[in-house]
Amino acid sequence: MRRRDFINIAAVSFAGMGAVAVVVPLIDQMNPSADVLALASTEVDLSAIQPGQAIKTTFRSQPLFVRHLTPKEIAEADKVDVATLRDPQTLEERTVDGKKQWLITMGVCTHLGCVPLGAGEGENRGEYGGYFCPCHGSSYDTAARIRKGPAPKNLEVPEFKFTSDTAILVG
Amino acid sequence: MSFPWAEHYTPKHPVMQWMDEKLPLPRLVYNAVGAGYPVPRNLNYFWNFGVLAGLALVIQIVTGVIMAMHYGANDLVAFATVEQTMRDVNSGWLMRYAHANGASFFFIVVYLHIFRGLFYGSYKAPREMVWLLGLVIFLLMMATAFMGYVLPWGQMSYWGAKVITGLFGAIPVVGEPIQTWLLGGFAPGNASLNRFFSLHFLLPFVIAGVIILHIWALHIPGSNNPTGVEVKGPQDTVPFHPYYTAKDGFGAGVFLIIFSIMLFYAPNYLGHPDNYIEANPLSTPAHIVPEWYFWPFYAILRAFTVDFFFVPAKLLGVLAMFASILLLFFLPWLDNSPVRSGNYRPTFKKFFWILVIDVLILGYCGGAPAEEPYVMISQVAAAYYFAHFLIVLPLIARFEKPLPLPGSITESVLNRHNIKGEEDALPGMGADPQPSNAG
Amino acid sequence: MVRIGAFLVGLFFAGWLLISFLFGAVAYVSDPPQPTVEHEFHKAPKHVSFSFDGPFGRYDRQQLQRGFQVFKEVCSACHSLKFVAFRDLEALGYNEAEVKAIAKQWAIKTPDVDPKTGEMSTRDPVPADHFPKPFANNVAAAAANNNAIPPDLSLMTKARHHGSAYVYSLITGYQPQPAELLREFPDAKTPEGLHYNPYFANLNLAMAPPLTAEGQVSYGDGTKPTVDQMAKDVAAFLTWTAEPKLENRRRAGLATIVFLLIATGLAYMAYQNIWADKKKAA
Repeated sequence: MRRRDFINIAAVSFAGMGAVAVVVPLIDQMNPSADVLALASTEVDLSAIQPGQAIKTTFRSQPLFVRHLTPKEIAEADKVDVATLRDPQTLEERTVDGKKQWLITMGVCTHLGCVPLGAGEGENRGEYGGYFCPCHGSSYDTAARIRKGPAPKNLEVPEFKFTSDTAILVG
Repeated sequence: MSFPWAEHYTPKHPVMQWMDEKLPLPRLVYNAVGAGYPVPRNLNYFWNFGVLAGLALVIQIVTGVIMAMHYGANDLVAFATVEQTMRDVNSGWLMRYAHANGASFFFIVVYLHIFRGLFYGSYKAPREMVWLLGLVIFLLMMATAFMGYVLPWGQMSYWGAKVITGLFGAIPVVGEPIQTWLLGGFAPGNASLNRFFSLHFLLPFVIAGVIILHIWALHIPGSNNPTGVEVKGPQDTVPFHPYYTAKDGFGAGVFLIIFSIMLFYAPNYLGHPDNYIEANPLSTPAHIVPEWYFWPFYAILRAFTVDFFFVPAKLLGVLAMFASILLLFFLPWLDNSPVRSGNYRPTFKKFFWILVIDVLILGYCGGAPAEEPYVMISQVAAAYYFAHFLIVLPLIARFEKPLPLPGSITESVLNRHNIKGEEDALPGMGADPQPSNAG
Repeated sequence: MVRIGAFLVGLFFAGWLLISFLFGAVAYVSDPPQPTVEHEFHKAPKHVSFSFDGPFGRYDRQQLQRGFQVFKEVCSACHSLKFVAFRDLEALGYNEAEVKAIAKQWAIKTPDVDPKTGEMSTRDPVPADHFPKPFANNVAAAAANNNAIPPDLSLMTKARHHGSAYVYSLITGYQPQPAELLREFPDAKTPEGLHYNPYFANLNLAMAPPLTAEGQVSYGDGTKPTVDQMAKDVAAFLTWTAEPKLENRRRAGLATIVFLLIATGLAYMAYQNIWADKKKAA
C-alpha cells in the first residue's frame, strides 16, 4: 500500500470513529434521566394492610401489588405441586424468610403488560384466587404464579427489603 | 446539467447495477456531489462555507430533534423542562449547548458564504436563481432562529417575541390585528409558544428542501470561481470527489474545532444572561437585544427616529429593516457589471470592504443600548448600507474600468505559479490561487 | 427601470437617515444627554479568583460544601433554589445517607397531599425532591418581603454578567451612599427600606446585607468564616447550582478537541495528497 493511500484511509477511518463516538451520547440521551432514576425506589407502609387485603401502589411508574395473604391462601399456595407449574417456584422463593404472608409483585401481566385484577376490593381474582388478567384471560394463584392462560411467567417479584416490621423499600 | 466531460456513473457491482435500474439514487449523488460534478480547479477556502452551512444544518436538526424529545411546549413548564434537559437528561447539557451555539455558527458560516458571493459576483447571471434561493434560505433561517429563541421562555425569549411581533404592529390599520393573530393573544403566551414550537420544528426541513433546489440551480451553470471567468474546458475543472470532498473534510475539521472550543469552554458567551431568568410579563429587561446575528438589522430598525410627514418613524424602521434584506433579491439586476470577481474590479473592491466594515459597525450598534452616540452612528451606517446596494453598485457598474481578465481559469492558475514559482514548493495550495483575497 | 427605482428608494432611505442623523446630532450638541446616577456610580463586579476559573478549573468540593452551608443557614430563609434537587448534593461530596439526612432535616417542608385525608399538607423532603420554596407563591413572597420578591438562586450566576464575581461583589458591596453621589444627584437618595449597593444595577437593593458578621456561619472544616470567605463560598456554591455539569463539559471538551486536532491533521494530509498530482499537471 502506498503511503498516500494509507493517509487517506487513516483520515476516513478517523472521521468514522468520530462519527461513532458522537452517536453514543445521541443514543444515551434517551435512557432514563437522573430525575427519573431518582424515583426508582418506593417505600411502602404495610401497617394498614389487613390479612386478605391487597393494595396497589406504584414502582417505577408501574403498578405494584402488595398483598397480605391469609393462612388459608398460604396453605393453598403451598399445596400445589411445583413440578406441574409453567414457571416452577414455591411461595418461599417468592417471599422473604419469615414474612411469608407478604406477597410483593409487580402488577404487570407477563403476557403483554396489562394490569391484572384482584388487588382491589371486590375485584375478580380468577379461578385460582390470586389475580386475573382480563385482557387475555391469564389466571394467577395466591402466590401470583401463572396457572392458566397465555402468560408465560409468574408475576415478577421486584427487589425489595424490609426496613422495619411494617415497612418495605422496593428497588 | 453539468459539463460534457463530466465523468459518467458506471456501476460495476451487480447490486449497484440493479439499484441503478430501479432507483438511480447513487447516480444522483454521484452527479451532485461526487466524481460526476466537475468543479473549477481554483476554488479557494471561501468556497468551503456552503458545505459547512449544510453541516451546521445537520447539527441543528440532530440536536434539535433530541431537544424536542425533552422539551415541554407549555408556558408553565417550558423553562423548567429546558433546565431539566441541562441537569438531568444524559448528555442533555451537550445537546442544548450544541443547539444554541450551533445556531450562531450556522449564521457565521452563512454570513461568510453570502459575503463570498457578494465579492466574487456569484449572484450574477447565469446564477441569479442560486442567489435568490439562497436568500429564501436566509429568510427561513432568520424565522427559525427567532422562533427557536422564544422556546426556552426566558426573559429575552418573551420580550423578543413581544418586540418582534410588535414590528408587525407598526403596519397601519391591520397591524395590531396581525400581531394579535401571530401571538394568538394580546401578549406572548402559551398559544404563541406552541405555534412557535411547531413552526420551529417544521421550518428546518423546509430549509433542507430549499437547499436541494439551491444546489440543483447551482449545478446547471456550475460553480463560480475566484476569477469569475467561466469554465472553458476540461483542463479548468476537477471532479468534486475526491478533490473537493477532501478539501471540505479538512474545512469541516477546522470548523468543528472552533465550534467545540465555543461549545465546551464558552457556551454562554454568545447568549444573553437575561435568558436564564424565567419569562416575566410584568418586568422588561433593562436592555432588550436580539441574538447577535440580528444586530445589523436591529440597528437599522432603531436608526429611524424622525417621522417622515405622515409616516411614523416606527413604521419607517420596520420597512427599512425588511427592505435591507429584500433589496438583496434585486442585486443581480442592480449590479450589471459583466465582470464577476471583485479581484478585477478595483473600485468595487474598495466599496465592498467599506460595506463589510459598515455591516460590522451596524452589528456593534445593534447590540449596544439604544442611546447616543450609537443611534447616530447607526444612522450613518444604515444610510451607507442602502446607498451601497441601491446607488453605489449601479453607478460603479456603469463607470468602473475593470482590470483585464485572465483568458481562462487554467491560465490564471498557471500565471500564479509562474509568478510565485511554487509549483513544487507547496503541493496542494493550487486550490487557492488567491488566498490573499481576504485582505 | 430596476435601477431607477432602486436609486429613488436608496435616495429616500439614505437621505432620511442622514436627516435623522442631523436632527439627532443637533439635539446631541444643543442638549447633550445627562449622565444618570447608575451610569456614574454603578460598578462592574470585583475581581475575584475561584478554583473553577479558566478552561481547566474544577470546583473545590470543600468550598461548595461551605457555600451550601451558607445558603442553608442564611439565603434559604428567603430565596428558593427550585431547579436543584437534594440528590444533586452528592456531587458536592456528600454520600447517600448524608443527603437523605440533609433532606429530612431541611427547615422548609415539601408541600404534598396528605395520603390519608387528601388535603394539602407538607412532608419531609426526600433526596428526589427539589429544594422546597420558602414562600408558597410570588404574592406570599412579596407580602413577606416589603413587596420585593427574592429571586430564585438556581441560575443566578448565569443570569448576570460575570455571575460568580457578581454574587460575591453584591454580598460584600453594601456601603453608605457616597457623599459625592448625593451632591451630584440630590434626588437619588436611597429610599427608606432599600440599601445602597454600587454592584446592583439600579444601586438600591431591597435585600438587607445578608452576611454581616464574622462567624455568622460556623464552618466544620476549620476555615475562618470571615464575611469575605462566606461570600466567596456561597458564590462558588451558586456557580455550581447554575452549571452543575461544568466539569463534565470541560472534560468532554478536552477529549473532543484533541480528537478533532488529530482528525483534522489527517484530513489536511489527505487533502494535500489528493491534490498533489493536480499540482504537477499545472
